[in-house]
Amino acid sequence: MAPTIDQLFVNLLHWVVGFLPELARPWASLVISLGSILGVFALLFGLTTVCERKAIARMQNRLGPNRVGPFGFLQFIADGIKSLTKEDVVPRTADRLVHFLAPLALLVPVVLTYLVLPIGRNMVVLDLDCGLLFFFAAGASTELAVFMAGWASRNKYSLLGAMRAIAQMVSYELPFILSTIGVVMVAGTLSTVGIVEAQAAGEGEMLARWNVFTPWGLVAFVLFVIASFAEANRSPFDLPEGESEIVAGYFIEYSGFKFALFFMAEYLGMFSSSGMAVTLFLGGWTAPVSFLNWIPSWLWFFGKLLTLMALFIWVRGTTPRLRMDQLMDFAWKFMLPMALVILPVVVIWHRLGGGWLGWLVCAPPLAVAWVLLSKALVGRRRIGPRTYRYAEG
Amino acid sequence: MFYFLAGLTVLGALAAMSLRNPVHCALSLVVTFAGLAGIYLGMGAQFLGLAQVVVYIGAVAILLVFVLLLTRSAGGPEKSEGPPSWRMGVLVGILVAGVVGYGVTTAMRFSPREVAPEPVPVAQIGRVLMTEYALPLQVIGVVLTVAMIGAAVLAMPEKRGLKSGGQPGPRAGQPGGASQGGATS
Repeated sequence: MAPTIDQLFVNLLHWVVGFLPELARPWASLVISLGSILGVFALLFGLTTVCERKAIARMQNRLGPNRVGPFGFLQFIADGIKSLTKEDVVPRTADRLVHFLAPLALLVPVVLTYLVLPIGRNMVVLDLDCGLLFFFAAGASTELAVFMAGWASRNKYSLLGAMRAIAQMVSYELPFILSTIGVVMVAGTLSTVGIVEAQAAGEGEMLARWNVFTPWGLVAFVLFVIASFAEANRSPFDLPEGESEIVAGYFIEYSGFKFALFFMAEYLGMFSSSGMAVTLFLGGWTAPVSFLNWIPSWLWFFGKLLTLMALFIWVRGTTPRLRMDQLMDFAWKFMLPMALVILPVVVIWHRLGGGWLGWLVCAPPLAVAWVLLSKALVGRRRIGPRTYRYAEG
Repeated sequence: MFYFLAGLTVLGALAAMSLRNPVHCALSLVVTFAGLAGIYLGMGAQFLGLAQVVVYIGAVAILLVFVLLLTRSAGGPEKSEGPPSWRMGVLVGILVAGVVGYGVTTAMRFSPREVAPEPVPVAQIGRVLMTEYALPLQVIGVVLTVAMIGAAVLAMPEKRGLKSGGQPGPRAGQPGGASQGGATS
């Protein structure tokens, strides 16, 4: 019974594709699987936006959306219809072509990242030999789209937002990529499916070999998640769109459906980087302990994904925005050295073969590096109540 | 597929040369990069194609755009400064065309059928890089590091003026700051 449910969607796909002529099968399979993945994630996107608004409202002592549908959960449909029917305003001085292309150039690479995301056993659209590199390549091309949007609007706030966004994304891309290298070294492959399979529990083992269960994996996971906050331009790294300073950043001059595209691309990017965090560190679709293997693999994946999304929402509701210099200091003086410290530790862990000896040898250097780097980052600044030079509190 | 990508690449390159607005030129250069990456992928060179995207679209294009925005106002089309030295341009063009043409004509002649695309696994590329070509890889690493240190030195604020005169020294980025910083340190 369990394997049937586990492979339900795979079998369904084979059944549907079986009706088609031989020649069209690979393409049809590709199109149908990508289409259904996008459909699922688009629905998830809609529901998550409502959940996010409600959760943040709860944190801020408000009610949040509660009019459309039961408990306001159909709010996203109303929002979608609104953005579709709104007038599309383009500034007169804007560069029309680039202004038009920017949202598309942002959405397409984000959609492409879903090609290599394994969302269940045998459930990946393309099992590329260098799937992880594909993910980063697609992620790297979104930066230019952000620049296009900011520049083509011919608005100084949007240009400022775009410059901030690019500086931030370029800086955080390094720890983003470097923190995954340990995983690749241990798994010995760049294929996302191979990485997930390397983390499955061995024969007769209780606990799975998730990378997050190792000292270096834990640190790398934290770094990866922080970097993906920054890559997604989410709070506390939402300077590119800081409402209180530069109105809305690079998409000020976008309205109607184009704005919705930006919003959607950002959200889908967040989903895909959380999905990649799940794949790389949380064992993808594998169960943490072997006696839970009967739960379908795709349920595991989406459960982990939604947990990470809840973390994203929680952090957004509770942390203040960083300043630009703090942002850069954090990326270059903490994240990058920490990601580099991880690499030799991974080698030592791999040579020792893990276990308690591995923990004994590998955990202390990581902890020491973490503490020292944080101290160096904070410096001699005293942290305490804020003092005012001119105004008496 | 190949002709589509090749056409895209050539069109992008042509647009990069002929458009007036420097930012448009940079963006059409990105189209060229993307077309090249597509051609690599079509030939089964997955790693090369994706690395092309990461390095050229993700880094080089961003660098170009940054340079454009930091050095001149990217507000609109500008007049070109002075008459372009077309004689030099023609000379360089002929030289480059000659070298490339020589390279193409003397290269080993494969008929298109012979080099059937066969994807090379990344693991194999890594193994070769770390054993056979380890030394060139290290040398490239050192060269890049040296270039990076040089850039950091140029961009560092001048400390000496601060100590002696009590005034902040010239910073790199302002005219004169960069060259002085390089000369004194």
